[in-house]
Amino acid sequence: MIPITYYLILAGILFTIGALGVIARRNAIVVFMSLELMFNAANLVFIAFAAYHKVLFGQIFVFFIMAVAAAEVAVGLAIIVMIFRTKKSINVDEMDALKG
Amino acid sequence: MPLFLQNLPDLLIFGTLAVLAVASALGMLFSRHAVYAALFLVLNFISIAILFLVLGAPFVALAQITVYAGAIMVLFLFVIMLLGSESLPGKSKLRFHRSVAVLFGLALLVEVGVLVITIWGDFPKTTGLSTVYADPTSLGLALFNQYTLPFEITSLILLVGIIGAISLILREHQTGQTSIPINEATGEKKE
Repeated sequence: MIPITYYLILAGILFTIGALGVIARRNAIVVFMSLELMFNAANLVFIAFAAYHKVLFGQIFVFFIMAVAAAEVAVGLAIIVMIFRTKKSINVDEMDALKG
Repeated sequence: MPLFLQNLPDLLIFGTLAVLAVASALGMLFSRHAVYAALFLVLNFISIAILFLVLGAPFVALAQITVYAGAIMVLFLFVIMLLGSESLPGKSKLRFHRSVAVLFGLALLVEVGVLVITIWGDFPKTTGLSTVYADPTSLGLALFNQYTLPFEITSLILLVGIIGAISLILREHQTGQTSIPINEATGEKKE
């Protein structure tokens, strides 16, 4: 049986890669995708602890995280499409003005 | 040593899935083309879903494939194809951007590693993976009996998401000529 720390280290590595993607990538859509990777790392930690403590709440919380992430992706991509319509670019370096 | 041989199938499965997950995450991070990044992320989601399956959560694993890899990533691919700017040329405005990002990433990784290792001994020595699967019946019972309020609030969040996304796109149609003009009587396109 695998110790739970292996899953935690894997989730930590995935979270770090996602955080690097959010910081270092300039395409706004790839930034969003790295954000989804961070969500998945957190989901992995929840499911791992739910398995090791035999508690169901971890999996239910992952449900809620998935639902909220889906809603957030929908609204966020709508915003990106709106920004693209005015600025004709999704480079986050060029989104430096609050006026749309 | 016999303990290692006893754990070998579990270790092999976990090792394969972990390597696949990290490799696809790195592929998403380093690919220049946005569509390749999306496809790498789909591979990552599927490997994490199989890890969920190994951890005794089959319903959540299939929900992950259906919702994340099947709906959210398809939405991403639609938007990437709609906007048409897959690969951005040039470098970042800040000269030290990439080195600072690597530094912060290393700091985060070291912090996570230290946190996990210092409490290495405090995790309970359980028998490991649960052999009782969380079937949809027990999940549904818990979701509707104990967690009804978060469930209803989640439905409200989804409703707000739908209204928000549609209202953002609808406003554009009223200001600009973004729709095809149609003759009301015959239903054909006006020239």
